[in-house]
Amino acid sequence: MERWRKIQEQWGNAQPDDQPQALAVGGAHGPVVHAVNRVAHLSGVTTGARVVDMRALCPQLRVDYADCEGDRAALERLALWARRWCPWTAADDWTAEVVSGGHGLVLDTTGSDHLWRGETKMLTQMEADLSMLGFSSRLAVAPSWGAAWALARFGPVRAICHDLADLAPLPVVALRLDAETVLLLNRLGLRSIGSLADLPRLSLARRFSRAGPAQNPLIRLDQMTGHLPEPVSPPDMPPVFRADAKLAEPILDPTHHLPSLCAELCGRMAQAHQGARRLRLTVYRTDGEISRIEVACALPSREPAHLAFLFRDRLERINPGFGFDLISLEAPATEPLGLQQVDLAGGSEAGLEISHLVDRLTARFGRTTLAQLRPVASHIPERAEARGAPMIDAPGQTYPVSERPQRLLDHPEEVRVLYAMPEGPPAQFQWRRRGYRVTRYQGPERIAPEWWQDKSGTRLRDYFKVEDEEGHRFWLYREGLQGDGRGGAPRWFLHGIFA
Amino acid sequence: MLRMDAPSIVQARRSASRAPQADITLSEVFPEPGAEAAAIGFALTRLGSGAAPVLWIQDRLAQRETGHPFLAGLGLQRPLMVMQLSRPADVMTAVEEGLRCRALAAVIAEIRGNPTAVSFTAMKRLALRAEASGVPCWLIRQAATADLSAARDRWRIATLPSTCNPDDPRAPGDPRWRVELFRSRDKRPGEWVARHERGAANRIHLVTAVPDGALAEDTGAVGQRAAR
Repeated sequence: MERWRKIQEQWGNAQPDDQPQALAVGGAHGPVVHAVNRVAHLSGVTTGARVVDMRALCPQLRVDYADCEGDRAALERLALWARRWCPWTAADDWTAEVVSGGHGLVLDTTGSDHLWRGETKMLTQMEADLSMLGFSSRLAVAPSWGAAWALARFGPVRAICHDLADLAPLPVVALRLDAETVLLLNRLGLRSIGSLADLPRLSLARRFSRAGPAQNPLIRLDQMTGHLPEPVSPPDMPPVFRADAKLAEPILDPTHHLPSLCAELCGRMAQAHQGARRLRLTVYRTDGEISRIEVACALPSREPAHLAFLFRDRLERINPGFGFDLISLEAPATEPLGLQQVDLAGGSEAGLEISHLVDRLTARFGRTTLAQLRPVASHIPERAEARGAPMIDAPGQTYPVSERPQRLLDHPEEVRVLYAMPEGPPAQFQWRRRGYRVTRYQGPERIAPEWWQDKSGTRLRDYFKVEDEEGHRFWLYREGLQGDGRGGAPRWFLHGIFA
Repeated sequence: MLRMDAPSIVQARRSASRAPQADITLSEVFPEPGAEAAAIGFALTRLGSGAAPVLWIQDRLAQRETGHPFLAGLGLQRPLMVMQLSRPADVMTAVEEGLRCRALAAVIAEIRGNPTAVSFTAMKRLALRAEASGVPCWLIRQAATADLSAARDRWRIATLPSTCNPDDPRAPGDPRWRVELFRSRDKRPGEWVARHERGAANRIHLVTAVPDGALAEDTGAVGQRAAR
C-alpha cells in the first residue's frame, strides 16, 4: 500500500489521506481486497474480502489493482538494502499459504546488535530508517525465525523476546499455518500457542501426521522454540571481509572514502592471510536501493593502492540516486595469500607486476578484450589456438611441424582463382579487387575435417603457400575436391598471410 | 660470416656501429600494403631472447583487414597476450598502461590509418614512458602516411621475393624484406635487404641494399645477425 502511494506521488496524482483506498487482486469470484489504507480500515474494509461487498459497505471506496510482482521485487531489493544493519538478510514471502502474513524481512542480527548499542536502539534505528523511506514497519527480535515472525505480527510494538513464555498468549495464526489448519485448531479449542504447547507431543504428532511440514503445528512450534533449526538463507553468500564507512550526510561521490576503505579491508585480509580476487563496492542509497560495482584481480592482492586504482575509472558508473549514506567495500572471493617479500634490489616480482597490469587493463577495457593465446592440439588452423585468461600457465606447447602463417584472417575470404589443373595450385588469383600472379607455390597440405566435431558435409581443405612476383606470401586453400559429392565446384579461400 | 644473397649486393658493406641494434624506445614501422605480416616478423625477431610476455594490442580495423597474430606461425617461446580494442584512442591508452609494467618484453600495437589519437603528443608520451620503464614499444602503422611523429626510430618495410628453397625449387624459401630506416634519432638511416632465417637459427641477416662505393672495403662481413 505504501509503495503504491509513493508511486502515485511520483506520478503527481496523490490522493488525499481521507479518501478510502484499497488495492485488489483477482480472485476466484471477482476481485479481492489485497491491501487497504487507514481510512478504509477504519470504515470496515478488511483484506481478503470481495471488492463488491466492500463497495456496499463503504461506497466512496477507491479500488486499484495491486502489483504483487513489483512488491516482491521491491522487497528483495529492500532485503539487500537491509544489509546495512547486518550481513545475513533475506526476504520471506508467505503470501500464498499463510492467513495474515504479508511480506517481511528476516535479519540474522547475531553479533550485530552491539554495533547499534543494544537491541532496543537497533530496533528504533531500523524503524526510523524505514520510515524515512516512507514505509511503516513492525519489528521484533527473537531467538528464532518463527518467534520473531510471530512477535512482529502479533506481539507488542518493537517486541524483544527474552523468554519463550512471551509467546504463549499469541494466537495460533502466529505459527505460520494456513487457513485450514488454523480453523481446525480453533475448532479443537486451541486458540493460543500456549494451549497448543501444553498438549502432549505424541497426540499432536499423531493428529497431524499427514500434514506437510509447513502446515504441521508441531513442526512449526519446534521451529519457533528453536528445537528444529531454520537458518536464514540469503540469496547470495555474505562476504567474510567487509569494511564500512558510515556518513553523517548523504553524498554523491564515494571517491574520497575509497582509499581508507581499501586500507581497512586490506588490514583485515592481512590478519587472515588472504588476498582478494574480487571486490564489490556497495553504496546504500537514501531511497532504499543499493548500487554496486565489482572489480576483479588476476592474482589475489591486498595492496590498498592497487585495489583503489582498479575502481578509479568505474566509480562514475555507480548510480548514486539521490545520495547515499553508507559505503561498504566487500571481498566476495578471496584466496590464501602469504606474506610477500620484495627482492634485495627493492623491485617486485615479475608475475605480480603482470597481474597488476592485467587487472588495470581488464578493469578499464572489460574482461573480454584481453586474452592470452595458447596452442590447442588441432590441425584445423582456426582451432589451433585458444583465447584464455591471462596469467594461467599454459600447457605444453604443441606446434605443428609444417609451416603456418604469421597472421590469420578471422574469417577466410573467398578469392577468384585461375588454375592450370583443378587439383593443382592456382596460377592467378584475385583478392580484394587486386590480382596476384603466382610465381612459386608450396603444397598442397591436406587438412581433413575433424569428423568428431565437424558437421557431416564439411569438405577437406588443401592448403597452398603461394608467392607472387612482388614477394607477397599468402596461405590459400581449396575447399573440397572436384566430384567429392559434397557440393559443387570447389571454392578457394585466402586464410593467412606469411611474413 | 659471409652471406651473398643477391648478385647486386656483393659489394655491400656492413658496419657494426651503424647497424641498428634492438634498443629500448618507441619505434614505428610502416609496412607497405601486403607487408603487414612482415612487420610482425621484423618486430618479433628484434626483441631478443627471453621468457617475458609480449603484449599485442590491435585496433578493430587492423584486425579485420589483416587478421590477428597466429600463434602456430609465430613460433614464440614466450607468452603472447593479445588485446583487441575498437578505438585507436583506447589502443594508445592501453599501450601507455602496458608500458608501465617493467615485466613485459615489449608492447606491440597495430593501428590502421592516421587517426587523430595517434598525435605527436601521444607518441611523445609513449616514447618517454618506454624509455623510463625500459620496455621497447613498437607501433605498426598499417596503411598510414608518415607524418609528424615523436618515434625515435621509423622504419618502412616491404616484401621481396624469397630466397631459393634448397629442398624444392618451385617453393618459396626464406622470406626477404626491404627494410628502410628513414628517420632515427641516434642511428644512421639506411636501407637493407633483410633475410629471415627461419627454423632453429631464427635470425635476420641485414645487407645494405644500395651498393655504396664510397665506403671502402673495410670490413669483410656482410651479414648482421640479430639472434634471439
